[in-house]
Amino acid sequence: MRVNFTVNGRKQEADDVWEGESLLYVLRERMGLPGSKNACEQGECGSCTVRLDGVPVCSCLVAAGQVEGREVVTVEGLADYAAHRADSHPGGGCASGSCGTSIDAAKRWTAHGSESPRAQDGQTGEAGGLSPIQQAFIDAGAVQCGFCTPGLLVAADELLERNSEPSDADIREALSGNLCRCTGYEKILDAVRLAAARQEEAV
Amino acid sequence: MAQKTRTTPAGTPTNVTQNHTKGGIGESTLRPDGTLKVTGEFAYSSDMWHEDMLWGQTLRSTVAHALIENIDISEAVAMPGVYAVLTYDDLPAKMKNYGLEIQDTPVLANGRVRHHGEPVALVAADHPETARRAAAKIKIDYKELPLVTDEASATAPDAPLIHEGRDDHHAGHVPHPNIVHRQPIIRGNVEEARKRADVIVEGEYTFGMQDQAFLGPESGLAVPAEDGGVDLYVATQWLHSDLQQIAPVLGLPPEKVRMTLSGVGGAFGGREDISMQIHACLLALRTGKPVKIVYNRFESFFGHVHRHPAKLHYEHGATKDGKITHMKCRIVLDGGAYASASPAVVGNASSLSVGPYVIDDVDIEAIALYTNNPPCGAMRGFGAVQACFAYEAQMDKLAAKLGMDPVEFRQLNAMEQGTIMPTGQVVDSPAPVAELLRRVKARPMPPEQQWLAAGEAADVRALPGGLSNTTHGEGVVRGVGYAVGIKNVGFSEGFDDYSTARVRLEVINGEAVAMVHTAMAEVGQGGVTVHAQIARTELGVTQVTIHPADTQVGSAGSTSASRQTYMTGGAVKNTCEAVRAKALEIGRRKFGSYHPAWATAELLLEGGKVVTDGGEVLADLADVLEGEEIDVELEFRHRPTQAFDLVTGQGNGHVQYTFAAHRAVVEVDTELGLVKVVELATAQDVGKALNMLSVVGQIQGGTTQGLGVAVMEEIIVDPKTAKVRNPSFTDYLIPTILDTPTIPVDVLELADPNAPYGLRGLGEAPTLSSTPAVLAAIRNATGLELTKTPVRPEHLTGTGV
Repeated sequence: MRVNFTVNGRKQEADDVWEGESLLYVLRERMGLPGSKNACEQGECGSCTVRLDGVPVCSCLVAAGQVEGREVVTVEGLADYAAHRADSHPGGGCASGSCGTSIDAAKRWTAHGSESPRAQDGQTGEAGGLSPIQQAFIDAGAVQCGFCTPGLLVAADELLERNSEPSDADIREALSGNLCRCTGYEKILDAVRLAAARQEEAV
Repeated sequence: MAQKTRTTPAGTPTNVTQNHTKGGIGESTLRPDGTLKVTGEFAYSSDMWHEDMLWGQTLRSTVAHALIENIDISEAVAMPGVYAVLTYDDLPAKMKNYGLEIQDTPVLANGRVRHHGEPVALVAADHPETARRAAAKIKIDYKELPLVTDEASATAPDAPLIHEGRDDHHAGHVPHPNIVHRQPIIRGNVEEARKRADVIVEGEYTFGMQDQAFLGPESGLAVPAEDGGVDLYVATQWLHSDLQQIAPVLGLPPEKVRMTLSGVGGAFGGREDISMQIHACLLALRTGKPVKIVYNRFESFFGHVHRHPAKLHYEHGATKDGKITHMKCRIVLDGGAYASASPAVVGNASSLSVGPYVIDDVDIEAIALYTNNPPCGAMRGFGAVQACFAYEAQMDKLAAKLGMDPVEFRQLNAMEQGTIMPTGQVVDSPAPVAELLRRVKARPMPPEQQWLAAGEAADVRALPGGLSNTTHGEGVVRGVGYAVGIKNVGFSEGFDDYSTARVRLEVINGEAVAMVHTAMAEVGQGGVTVHAQIARTELGVTQVTIHPADTQVGSAGSTSASRQTYMTGGAVKNTCEAVRAKALEIGRRKFGSYHPAWATAELLLEGGKVVTDGGEVLADLADVLEGEEIDVELEFRHRPTQAFDLVTGQGNGHVQYTFAAHRAVVEVDTELGLVKVVELATAQDVGKALNMLSVVGQIQGGTTQGLGVAVMEEIIVDPKTAKVRNPSFTDYLIPTILDTPTIPVDVLELADPNAPYGLRGLGEAPTLSSTPAVLAAIRNATGLELTKTPVRPEHLTGTGV
């Protein structure tokens, strides 16, 4: 079957999709967007979390056909998505959770290969082009092996969108569907707190 | 089904080359791969992609012990989209087994399977689902054999032999062929010492089978090469060890198997053994096409070895003034169907079985069994974890019987620098055991009943059971527990443990730049970060490039045993020192006549310049190197170790020891049998923190894995069928952010004079004491004895065993 949908603001068309394929498979193997990770493929670990019309979902549990005509944001589009949110709703969240990226904004989005300038350096302030939560994960040391990171970032960004001052209990609740085996979560908490604080400062 | 897969190529099979510009040793420099990892651009092994690639699939046995009477692949071969179906008969070389120490593991089952999930056949197809369906169409006739599942069934005189005709180097020393290895340690005279004891405590402890549960599944891409060889991009812990095992079974010389590390999604010991490497290469060589294999989570539980489950029997005695008189212990580790790292795990479990205490009279025995259970091998803490769980429970029992405070009792018996281990080895660097305990004990306690702190209604998220809204705190009681552990660093028992680093120093765009090339597997621990820090410190440059890890440079050894910062860090340091000496030599040749200090002063490289130890600048490093390039590859070795004597266990077997302590605070709902760990305070001596941010991350991560064992993690093997019951993240539970408490970390830096920069390997120690601390806290809260991991609700409510 053919599936038409929007990924990170770009209209995409996937051909010859087998009915049993997941959104995760289509993103990774057909769209060339392997940022969403395949760690359990049964909705338990959250590594494949994406936004589907603004709502965080495990893309491994979404059948590809279900995304017909809908909007998907993956970790690859997170920076632009967050930038758009900051432009449209300065200082505020997107309560409906369905702001998405406009088509015009999306047209400016291009996939960043590993040759892109920002890929050359991971130091604070030198990278550029990252959303606040992405930068905070780097700065707080919340990235170790990094396999859980894309899903955590999408989930954490959604939390900060609807709750700009989350308590620790709020953060734990929001991220309880994302497993991390390396960090012990403490630095992930630090990162979310840091991103929230920076968001606060920026207002 | 669609044949076309990805339309937009991405995740090309290369690793990342990394530059960054700040931070010497001791600074919390950020990860050079951090940006790639937060943008989704970092290419993990499961992201590898090649035009025209096929997908590989393994067919695994559905029974634990059986003869294979027939394999029918005809239906699978006939399926459209299937390119190859391979069984044992298709293996190309005389060598058909592999293994870390003992080559007892078949690449594909040879007429017999010895555990549930053993690989039997392989399929390559153009879509992963096609490959899965084809594998399901392979028909195998099994004739089931009697099972060996525990010590009694394994060592019975008429027990079926898991491996007949053993000829490995342990075979002649073991009391039964179903025992992989046995290590006794005898020191002093236990029977005499026992007479001095005023109290004696005994305990029988059971440690469950833990899984590494790294997030990134086993995966990789094998690309056949024109020269008949193969290029393999894979997530592993030790490229050269893999290579040594892969090349012989492919029938290729090692230089025709070129391995490159691809992004590794965690390891924790689970990637020390071969998983899909050989299978992908076989399929690629057979089909002439690139083949990618990615395990799903179900298969991952069968694709790697687990932590040895153990039964431990301990006896300790103490005088009434609190001095331990003696210790006797017997540790039985279940190694499962294949040896993997079992011999070394036995060595660790026995030699570290006393814990960080002074006990002169000991009688120790550790064995590992061959059974039909899943194979067990390396996991973070490696034999020391199981022992720590038992000896720390014993310490609490002794203290209780003597009416002493458990921490004071431990401090009274704590080892220190100069203590003699049961193996006769002298602990010749700082061993701040009493101090680590003091620090975790001195930390302020977390507030009581935090679920009430939010206001009037209980915040159920802070209660045992959490979001499940099972209680409002009525039956919740608090407990506090302590534990401390000792772990060795590096490979022990006479193993020639070395690492290699190649460092190039050259001028690029007018600036001196260092390139560090090692085969170290970056599995998330941060080696890539500290190697650049070391190069900057030693060479005084700002720009350092970390070359992707591959087999084009000498072995770095394994990313395990807490050894990589010590070993490959040491190799980078030593190699940089040699590069520095060459740079100064060039400088003397070029500029020596301009300033006498070139000949007389101690010279350093700092800030891109050659300076005297008095701070006088002699030259720009870029001017010194102009037109020259320095390129050095060196091996680094730690001081030699010895094998343990097979009768007495004596020998200087270990390189270095490392110590961590924990205080656990738990709240237990005694009605529901649910546990909430409120805080897990940690103190650890790291010798020297090269990067504090990474150090703390490792300690918190290791602590959380220990917490997992205490309250939820266990691979459950059905004792009647030896089948794994819970191979999924639905049923094998690892701690979520809701299960994991605050983990305050207190880091000591007491330098080890024998180690590079004085550092101590640190990744494993926090996994040891975390589990017994949590258990001690739960015992403290409930008054129950609790001798098994993990603690389950039925153990707390008295409704099960």
